[in-house]
Amino acid sequence: MANLSPKKVPMPARAPKLRSRDFLEVATGYTAEQAIEEAGRCLQCKHKPCTGGCPVQVDIPSFVAEVAKGDFAAAYEVISRTSSLPAVCGRVCPQETQCESRCVRGKNGEPVAIGRLERFVADWHNEQADVPACTIAQNGRRVAVVGSGPAGLACAGDLLRMGYDVTMFEALHLAGGVLVYGIPEFRLPKAIVQQEIRRLQKQGLHLQTNMVIGRVLSVDELMEQQGYEAVFIGTGAGLPRFMNIPGENLGGVYSANEFLTRVNLMKAYVPDSPTPIRRGGRVVVVGGGNVAMDAARCALRLGADKVTIVYRRSAEELPARAEEVEHAMEEGIVFRFLSNPVEIVADDHRRVAGIHCVEMELGEADASGRRRPVVKADSDFIIDADAVIMAIGTSPNPLIKSTTAGLETQPFGGIVTNEWGATSRPGVFAGGDAVTGAATVILAMGAGKTAAEAMDKYMRQKNQ
Amino acid sequence: MHLFEILQKEILCPSVVRMVVKAPLIAAKAQAGQFVILRVSEDGERIPLTVADYDRIEGTITIIFQTVGATTLMLSRLMVGDSLQDLVGPLGRATETVGLKKVAVIGGGVGTAIAYPVAKKLHEQGAEVHCVVGFRNRDLVILQEEFSAVSDRLITLTDDGSFGEKGLVTDALRRLIETGENYDKVIAIGPLPMMKYVSLLTKEHGIKTVVSMNPIMIDGTGMCGGCRLTVGGQTRFACVDGPEFDGHQVDFDEAIERSRLYGEQERHAYERACNLFGQEVR
Repeated sequence: MANLSPKKVPMPARAPKLRSRDFLEVATGYTAEQAIEEAGRCLQCKHKPCTGGCPVQVDIPSFVAEVAKGDFAAAYEVISRTSSLPAVCGRVCPQETQCESRCVRGKNGEPVAIGRLERFVADWHNEQADVPACTIAQNGRRVAVVGSGPAGLACAGDLLRMGYDVTMFEALHLAGGVLVYGIPEFRLPKAIVQQEIRRLQKQGLHLQTNMVIGRVLSVDELMEQQGYEAVFIGTGAGLPRFMNIPGENLGGVYSANEFLTRVNLMKAYVPDSPTPIRRGGRVVVVGGGNVAMDAARCALRLGADKVTIVYRRSAEELPARAEEVEHAMEEGIVFRFLSNPVEIVADDHRRVAGIHCVEMELGEADASGRRRPVVKADSDFIIDADAVIMAIGTSPNPLIKSTTAGLETQPFGGIVTNEWGATSRPGVFAGGDAVTGAATVILAMGAGKTAAEAMDKYMRQKNQ
Repeated sequence: MHLFEILQKEILCPSVVRMVVKAPLIAAKAQAGQFVILRVSEDGERIPLTVADYDRIEGTITIIFQTVGATTLMLSRLMVGDSLQDLVGPLGRATETVGLKKVAVIGGGVGTAIAYPVAKKLHEQGAEVHCVVGFRNRDLVILQEEFSAVSDRLITLTDDGSFGEKGLVTDALRRLIETGENYDKVIAIGPLPMMKYVSLLTKEHGIKTVVSMNPIMIDGTGMCGGCRLTVGGQTRFACVDGPEFDGHQVDFDEAIERSRLYGEQERHAYERACNLFGQEVR
C-alpha cells in the first residue's frame, strides 16, 4: 500500500537566519528513513509519465521502487544507466517543470519528490567506500570534448563508457564549467562536482585545464594535427549580456558571471580570501532567473545590508527554479517586481550610487507566451545601491565560431546543429548552451548524451 | 620537465622581474600584443601579463612584471626550477603592424616591456621606429640595450632627470611631431594617464594612435566582462576585443576609475603577503 500523504516529506533545510550569512549547503538532504517514506508515495505507474519529462530519460519509477525497498545501491545503478551527474541534477534541475510536473500524485496534492530522492541516492552512493575504477574495453580512438560543463561531462561520460579515449579541454584552471564558476557552494557543493570529475578520470578521462580552444589550439588543429577523430563543443553560453543603459560600466557594476566567478571559482566566499569583491552595502540584482537568485543570495552571504532583485515582469513569470525563489524570499531578499532599470546612477567617483528604474505593467502576450511588460508613465524611482549585478542572460561565446572555418551559427551566436548535435563541419558536434543559448544543466546534459551517441555512429561509419 | 617551469629569472630593476617560462603550446602561437593569464598558487588570483617575448624553437615565453600587488610579489619570489600553478594563452588580439612604415612607440614604466616586442616586430618588418620610453627615476629604467637595437631613434626620459632627459614622454613626442616627424601610427603602452595624454596629443595632430589596455580581468575569454571599457561609445571587452584599441576612442577617465575599484583590498592583500615574507626570513 502506497504512502497516501498528499504532501512531500519536507526537505530538511538550515534556518534562513543561520544560512543567510554563510555558504554551507542550504538543503541538507533526506535521511534514509525520509527517503524510504517519500519513495513509498510513488504509485509505480506503468506508463511512467515522469520519465517522459526527464531530458535524460531516467527510469524514475524503477529507481524509486529500489529506494522504497531500501536498496540504494540498486537505485543508483538504475539512475546511472542514463544520468552522468545525479548528485548535481538532484540539486539543480527544475523538477517542477520536468519529471515532477508529470507525476500522477501531483494531480491531487504534491508530486513525488523525485529530485530529492535522486539527490539522496547519489549522495548515499558518494558516501560509500571508493568504488573501484571500472574496466571498460578501450577502443583506442581519440575524441576531444571542448568545455567541461554539464554538456561536456555528460558527453565524455557516455563516450568513455563506449570505450573511447576521451580528452576534455577546459579554458579555466578548474573543470566543471558553470557548475564551479556559476552555481554557488550553498546550492551545489563544489566537492560534489570534483567527485564526479574524478570518477570520470578514473574511467580514463584525460583532463587538460588552461586550454582555450580557439586560441591555444584550434578545432582544426585538434582534428588534423592532434589526431582526434571527432570533437564535441560544449563551450556554454559564457558571454554576459548587458542592457546597454547609461552607467553600466561604472565601478561597482558587475555581470552576474563576474560576481559569481569571483565568489565561487575564485573563492571570495572563503573568509580571508585574497579575491577582491564588493562586500556589504546595498546590492541590486537585475533579472529573475536562477543566476539572479544565486547572485542575490551570494551578495547577502558576503554581508550585504540589503539585497534587492529588480525584475521587469511579475512573480508568476520568474524563470528561476521555485525552490530558489522560495529560499531567497525566506532569507530576506527584497523583490521589486514589474520594475525595469533605465540608468545606473553614479557618484562623484564614477562608482554606483543607485539604480534608476521605471514601473512596468503587463500587456499582451509576446512570442514567449508571457505577457509583455510595458512602461507605466511617470513611474520613475531610484533604489540606492553600492553595487549592481546584471543577471539578464548570457550568449554563446564567439571564440570557437570565429576560429573555426565553416562552422555555421545562428544570428544570436548559437552553433547550428541537427537533432543529433552534428554541426555543419563533419566530425564536429555541439550541444548545450553553446547551441541553444542559456538553458538548464539537465538540457545541456541531454544534448551531450545525444551527441555522444551520434559521434559513436559517425566514427563507426567513418571506419567502414 | 614540469609544466610552466621557470627556466630563467633576472631582476631588471629593484621592482621589475623578467622570467622565461617553459610553455611550448603558448610559444608556438604567441604574437606581439597578446597576453597570458597565470596563477602563482592554488586558490591564487588570475593575473594577465602581456607576452614580452617568445622562442618558438625552445618552447618558451618571456614575462616581465612589476611587483605591485600580492600576486606579483609571490611571483617575484619564485626561483628558477619552480613552476607556475597555471598558465593560459596566448589570449587577445595581436598588434596590427601590416603596412606601417614609420611608427612612434611610446612606453611608460613597466609598460615598456610590452612596447618592446611591438618595436621589435616593426623593426624586423623594416619600418622606421622611434621609441620614446619614460620612467620615474634611473633605478626603474629597463631594456635600454634591447630598445637601442630596434630603434632608429630612442629617447629615454625620467621624471626627475636622473637618467636621460628630464620630462614626460608626451614632451618628447610633442617635440618629435612639431619638428616634422610624420608617423603613420603612434603605439602607446604604459600607465593609463600616460596613454590618455599621448592620445590627446596625437588627436590634436590627427595621428592614428593605438593603446594597450590592461584592466582588471578574470577569465580572459570574454566570460566575465570585468575588463569592459567604453570605446567610441560602445562597450568592449579588453580580453577578446583588445587589448589594443584606438586611443582616440577610449574613455580613459572611466578606465582609470575602474582600475581603482579594488585599490584598498589590493593594498591589504599586498601588506599581508609582505608580512608572510617577513615571517619566513625571521
